[in-house]
Amino acid sequence: MREKALLVLSDGVVFEGTRFGSTGETIGEVVFNTSMAGYQEILTDPSYRGQIVTMTYTQMGNYGICEEDVESSGGPKVNGFVVKEYLDFPSNWRSSSSLGDYLESNNIVGIEGLDTRALTRHLRDYGAQMGIISSVDLDPVSLLKKVRAHPGISAIDLVREVTSSEEYLWREGCWKWCVVERDITPLKVVVYDFGVKFNILRNLVEAGFDVSVVPAETPAEAVLDEDPDGIVFSNGPGDPEIVKYAIANAKNLIGKKPIFGICLGHQILGLAMGGRTYKLKFGHHGGNHPVKDVLTGRVEITSQNHNYCVDINSLHGQVRLTHRNLYDGTEEGMQHVELPVFSVQHHPEAGPGPNDSAHLFKRFREMIEQS
Amino acid sequence: MPKRTDIHKILLIGSGPIVIGQACEFDYSGAQACKALREEGFSVVLVNSNPATIMTDPDMADATYIEPLSAEIIELIIRKERPDAILPTMGGQTALNLAVELSEAGILEKYNVELIGAKLPAIKKAEDRELFKEAMKNIGLDVPKSAPVTTVEEGLDVIDDIGFPVILRPAFTLGGTGGGTAYNIEEYRALLERALKLSPVQQVLIEESVLGWKEYELEVMRDCMDNVVIICSIENFDPMGVHTGDSITVAPAQTLTDKEYQRMRDAAIAVIREIGVDTGGSNIQFSLNPKNGRMAVIEMNPRVSRSSALASKATGFPIAKIAAKLAVGYSLDEIKNDITRETPASFEPTIDYVVTKIPRFTFEKFPEADPTLTIQMKSVGEVMSIGRTFKESLQKALRSLEIGSAGFENIRRELPLSEIKAKLKTPNADRLWFLAGAMRLGMSVDEIYELTWIDPWFLNNVRQIVDAERSVTGEDAGNIENLRRLKETGFSDKRIAELAGKSEADIRNFRRLNGIRPVYKLVDTCAAEFAAFTPYLYSTYERPFYRLEDKAPGIAAPEFECDANPTGRKKIIILGSGPNRIGQGIEFDYCCVQAVFGLKEIGYETIMVNCNPETVSTDYDTSDRLYFEPLTIEDVMNIIDLEKPEGVIVQFGGQTPLKLAVPLEREGVGILGTSPDSIDRAEDRKRFKEVLDKLALRQPESDTAMSIDEAVGIAGKIGYPVMVRPSYVLGGRAMEIVYDETALVGYMDRAVKASPEHPILVDKYLEDAIEIDVDAIADGIDVIIGGVMEHIEEAGIHSGDSACSIPPYSLPADIVDGIKVQAKALARELGVKGLMNVQFAVKENEIYILEVNPRASRTIPYVSKATGVPLARLAAKIMAGKTLKELGLTSEKSITHVAVKEAVFPFDRFPGVDTLLGPEMKSTGEVMGIDDEFGLAYAKSQAASNNKIPTSGKIFLSVKDKDKSHTVDIARKLHELGFGLVATRGTAAHLHSFGIEVAVINKVMEGRPHVVDLIKNKEINFIINTVTGSQAQKDSFSIRRSALQYRIPYTTTISSARAVVMAIESLLRRELKIKSIQEYHSTTR
Repeated sequence: MREKALLVLSDGVVFEGTRFGSTGETIGEVVFNTSMAGYQEILTDPSYRGQIVTMTYTQMGNYGICEEDVESSGGPKVNGFVVKEYLDFPSNWRSSSSLGDYLESNNIVGIEGLDTRALTRHLRDYGAQMGIISSVDLDPVSLLKKVRAHPGISAIDLVREVTSSEEYLWREGCWKWCVVERDITPLKVVVYDFGVKFNILRNLVEAGFDVSVVPAETPAEAVLDEDPDGIVFSNGPGDPEIVKYAIANAKNLIGKKPIFGICLGHQILGLAMGGRTYKLKFGHHGGNHPVKDVLTGRVEITSQNHNYCVDINSLHGQVRLTHRNLYDGTEEGMQHVELPVFSVQHHPEAGPGPNDSAHLFKRFREMIEQS
Repeated sequence: MPKRTDIHKILLIGSGPIVIGQACEFDYSGAQACKALREEGFSVVLVNSNPATIMTDPDMADATYIEPLSAEIIELIIRKERPDAILPTMGGQTALNLAVELSEAGILEKYNVELIGAKLPAIKKAEDRELFKEAMKNIGLDVPKSAPVTTVEEGLDVIDDIGFPVILRPAFTLGGTGGGTAYNIEEYRALLERALKLSPVQQVLIEESVLGWKEYELEVMRDCMDNVVIICSIENFDPMGVHTGDSITVAPAQTLTDKEYQRMRDAAIAVIREIGVDTGGSNIQFSLNPKNGRMAVIEMNPRVSRSSALASKATGFPIAKIAAKLAVGYSLDEIKNDITRETPASFEPTIDYVVTKIPRFTFEKFPEADPTLTIQMKSVGEVMSIGRTFKESLQKALRSLEIGSAGFENIRRELPLSEIKAKLKTPNADRLWFLAGAMRLGMSVDEIYELTWIDPWFLNNVRQIVDAERSVTGEDAGNIENLRRLKETGFSDKRIAELAGKSEADIRNFRRLNGIRPVYKLVDTCAAEFAAFTPYLYSTYERPFYRLEDKAPGIAAPEFECDANPTGRKKIIILGSGPNRIGQGIEFDYCCVQAVFGLKEIGYETIMVNCNPETVSTDYDTSDRLYFEPLTIEDVMNIIDLEKPEGVIVQFGGQTPLKLAVPLEREGVGILGTSPDSIDRAEDRKRFKEVLDKLALRQPESDTAMSIDEAVGIAGKIGYPVMVRPSYVLGGRAMEIVYDETALVGYMDRAVKASPEHPILVDKYLEDAIEIDVDAIADGIDVIIGGVMEHIEEAGIHSGDSACSIPPYSLPADIVDGIKVQAKALARELGVKGLMNVQFAVKENEIYILEVNPRASRTIPYVSKATGVPLARLAAKIMAGKTLKELGLTSEKSITHVAVKEAVFPFDRFPGVDTLLGPEMKSTGEVMGIDDEFGLAYAKSQAASNNKIPTSGKIFLSVKDKDKSHTVDIARKLHELGFGLVATRGTAAHLHSFGIEVAVINKVMEGRPHVVDLIKNKEINFIINTVTGSQAQKDSFSIRRSALQYRIPYTTTISSARAVVMAIESLLRRELKIKSIQEYHSTTR
């Protein structure tokens, strides 16, 4: 049965489509992602908390849901899902259920059948903005009121919603299709969970780490008490400026232990060093952005998911630029000029997206070994 | 790294004639490479034997050699031009093989020429299956179990380990020629023997069968800084077991999770690094076991390929152009993406639509051929279509094919389920429609999967299309929303009309009335993330959106987002020629592209509509605007409604656009150039007769028959033999020469099916006449002859299959002048504005007109290359209103050299098919030989078409009675030239009676040793074999097939045997020389 649903943007644009996933209503910041595969990883990426994701590729649900391919526990983290066409007949040997059923059982509202390219162009031209999807209230005027009444996600500490409540250990490596022996002395790393993607943890294991994950608000002292060999500041949702506790902790840790920051973790490090961050018009969300490693001259195709950037100039020479996005020239990575601290804006852990930057986890290990 | 400054001149090798497995895609890649290299200031020397290409246009390269593609000739070019480097990765397998040959022969070293793009070790590692397997093992990748063998004995040794079914892949053959799948030992032995013979290095890979596994391809690029990007992933609809070229393929990959895709991507990157392709594009094929995800690497092409062309068109990323720039030292991040302008080429395109490619087959031309699809490629062309969903894209592809399909018609509905099942199990050209048929008969997706191994995801999409058909007649019939949904699903108006029992126009009008129109979306490489500047568009149907006004709440008018943004410039639409097929190929794409060039020069905005991904015309920077769309009245009218052009050009793309002339005119669209009425005067038999009568010109007696009885009556009146054919056909489709009434009746039974709407033409067949083609250009007042081509083969053999010579090589001057006068009179009478082709026959000094076509002909590129006059380009300008005088073409050009065109045939692809020529066109491509005299030009044309004329050895003759008297001179000459002669009894007796020394050999049924034994023992260097009558044909069939198999040059007509003698005389007298066409053209007056 086709059930009508509406997507209303806060600037008053209304798209009509068909419900899929759960019945209901949801509000979030609408962003688009240009990855052609990997919807499951995107749905479960905690960095999308507070956001409604529209996929620019049109065919969704093709391979269903595979249990191994999640980036967090407890189901999808997005607030809503927008696609051109949902296909209800998954085909993959690992698939255990359909995308529609998965969204429905996790109460995620989805909408399909609308012109997602028009939506994407609208977001590109007018910037990311709040939106509402509903399959219960079909009055666009009422929906517009609701979405305009929302304070916006910059006002919310989304990290608190997605971080783990207590510390846990992680030993699972990347999914390899076969068992791989590792003969490397493990180092100990503590990961600050701002909404960490499992693939970061898996890649750390691959690089030879024993991984311990701590909640976002864990005090710096508690982490230092564990005497790790290194610390990772994870990815996570929302505006970095709102996670004051994380910035404060970072200040206390820089210089004390080797640190690797990813995405939100990168922004938190930037702020902790006294720099500034700014918001991009519609963010970077996809798996095809070229990033140049300034140190090696090599171009890596990267997985991207961020709305904010660090202004590296604002750090006044404390760090040097290590990575630059070749699409728009934005700064993608930095390294402290003296201290063992480096961070990147993109996602070396992939999931979804290319593995070109996975070597950064090894670079992190080498940095620890050399410091 | 910036561009290299240590090289200045680069030799580019083309791919030669269009053959199955190597088509226009290499014109596209070569043309892009030429442009890219010259843009960078390099001097480009080009060699290609194919005159029908854009790349051999004289202004594409600094020096262009239309010469045979052999190491011998290329060495001459190298010696003369002294290039610094050779770029061998743009000309398909042909160029790559030549690069290997030149390199191994020490020629490159001798002249200090560097291979750029791919070096010899990389080429060998990728091409030699054993080296490749070893390389894959080194990087930990799985490959199917396999073993190379060089003898049948070795093959029998390895088979136990590998097990059945087993795949045989001969090394270094085109498009997998000679490959196959064996299910038992008997079949295995037979296939192995054949494969060993066909491999130029007598090596065959015996490989574990991965039949039924999913098949994928990745297009990979690497630069000198070792940056690697994946341009496109392609998933095959048909699983392993059908050659990729014959498979329906879809981009991007549909059924891979990100984990699986990234694993494949990582593997592809590892492969290109391990093989060591320094710079440029490669194509890597993978198979995936659908039951457990096991992935195996199948093969890699270390060069630009057919799939690269598809990937370029599918994503907007110009692989060949970028590959050329990488080859001269740039890195990917130093090159800009043309489409977004701002972003670099070091990225991976992401797309927001689905691309479907469907191959086009021409089994109807070869009724004796086995139409089963196997690992050996059999298709001659392909279409690509773009839609927002797979269903839309698939249905658009169906109607792009131009095989009379507008969707999933219920074909062969009389077949019982059991037979449909057989059609599903054995891959064939119509399998798509049988899938739908099986679904209509109630088969489930699971059941169909068990028979076809086509991924259920694809099958379920087809099922949704079939299910949607029901809504056309169900309770939603006539519902506007339902119609919108059907259009979103890709249904054509015509298919909906069929299902609803209405006319296509009814549906179109209803649709327009209710505002259901397509929108156009951009192919922009980035899924709208960045603004795009190249108007490369496809149609789709989308639902509207609304804007709520702030001040007065309420719903505003629906809006659609269309990326087309037509300009207000004066513009012309050029309709392309659709998929390549026999009879309509690259020649027409050449003409369309020339038209674009011409119109641009006089300030028009040019808009191209085409659906063939292999072509130059569908390159986004050929025309100002490109619509990648099916060439149907519906899809073309939608574009015209939007663009509102000054006019449309339909005369350059062959039958495809020409068929649309009348329907377009009916819709009030302006057709440029010669009026549709004039076209009709030339095509309509009765009206054409009036034209000829008025001009007092002669044509063979003829009449038009609407029924079998009428045909019999007409033939009786004008006398046998007669030539019969349906009207409005190209490529001699269903054309035959019949010698008696029985044959005529048999033909009529078949032909009515070939073209039901049109009557049958019956012409007197002029036996032993010389056929002449004339191309002319006219502006309504003045007429200039472009070229007079004398055919080598006699009239009755399709002009597309005949060799021909510019200028005529045997006709007396007064006859040639007479022909020109007649052609001019015809052009004036018909008011031709643009191009016109006339076919004449000369018998006993009498000139007959066979037919007139006031449009671009297949010979236009050849004439243009021979004379240096860009006829199509000029004609387009005339169609836009210029006159010949304004264009500066006031007199016919005369040339002092000779250019011979020869046809190239796909017979080696189709075991069981005879190589005899007739009125039905069978060639896939052409080559040109050019030299100062006919003999050498002819010799070059033969060498270029893989029929190299020997200068010594033994010649076998077996000719039909009618030819015996003509054979005497030929045999005598050959004997004088030092050849040994062998003949069958009848031919030998005749020659003996004239005192010619000739040995006698048995025909095959006369006992052994017979002629085929001699062929197999390579004791024969050339074969002259003419036959008539079906029994004689059967008897001598094995001679011609073994000639093909053992690559013995041959001819099947006495007229070409004469030309061969002239060629041998020239070859013995003078050494082969080469000259660029720029040099030839500079002597044209």
